[in-house]
Amino acid sequence: MSDDLTVGTEVARREVTVDRARLVRYAGASGDFNPIHWNARVATSVGLPDVIAHGMWTMGAAGAVVADWAGDPGRVVDYQVRFTRPVPVPDPGAATVEVVAVVGALDAAAGTARIDLTVSLDGARVLGKAQAVVRL
Amino acid sequence: MQVDTSYAGREYPPNAVYEVGREKLREFADAVGASHPAHTDPSAARALGYPDVIAPPTFAVVVAQRAEAQLFEDPAAGIDFSRVVHADERFTHHRPIHAGDRLVTVLHVDSITVRAGLAMITTRAEIADESGEAVATVVSSLAVRPEDS
Repeated sequence: MSDDLTVGTEVARREVTVDRARLVRYAGASGDFNPIHWNARVATSVGLPDVIAHGMWTMGAAGAVVADWAGDPGRVVDYQVRFTRPVPVPDPGAATVEVVAVVGALDAAAGTARIDLTVSLDGARVLGKAQAVVRL
Repeated sequence: MQVDTSYAGREYPPNAVYEVGREKLREFADAVGASHPAHTDPSAARALGYPDVIAPPTFAVVVAQRAEAQLFEDPAAGIDFSRVVHADERFTHHRPIHAGDRLVTVLHVDSITVRAGLAMITTRAEIADESGEAVATVVSSLAVRPEDS
């Protein structure tokens, strides 16, 4: 983490892949066993294009990018997202989500930086208003 | 099935204690690709000033959803989970969650609005330790699609 942060600076960028096995793993770890995240028959029966990733998996994967940049995951004091577009996960294969983190605002009095995240699949954003506040 | 808007404003009694375990944090961190050693290595966490391994920023959802089940699994609330879409989520950490924490959650139903058949439900889980010290606030909004769509 650099001492001379300025608004607009890109601080991290990562591509994260997600396959069906990853979704099953997240289902078990989180306790979210909604079948739209592992069963294509159920997913398509409710109008989805395919099995989709848990929105909370995507949020968690993007949050790890911020935590790594912060150097201490405990410095991420606030983190919010809107789920704007699903992430279909093919079988066989995988989906690749791109996470780009940029300094959105600095609050010298509070000693925090707001990190704005652009999280996209094939160039289309899947999260809206994805913002993390990091204690510097 | 119709969502019962009279649930808005409701506050539930404190939920059963959630005991945070090292292996659960390891499992969750691995699932989301959170590879920072403070999630898995107690000595790395202690070097950062924490008493034990700490949770990734979104782990609090696991604790919050147990409290949220009080609302969603209540048939009288009229929430058909097969028509639910997660709209947004926010975590405010008053301090990091760490292994060994014994957490108590109070669920608040902040709002329920219905517009053109689409119900929007916003819940707030206030997570504290057993002494009552605030640990995390989890605000979650769900949309429930109308039956015909």
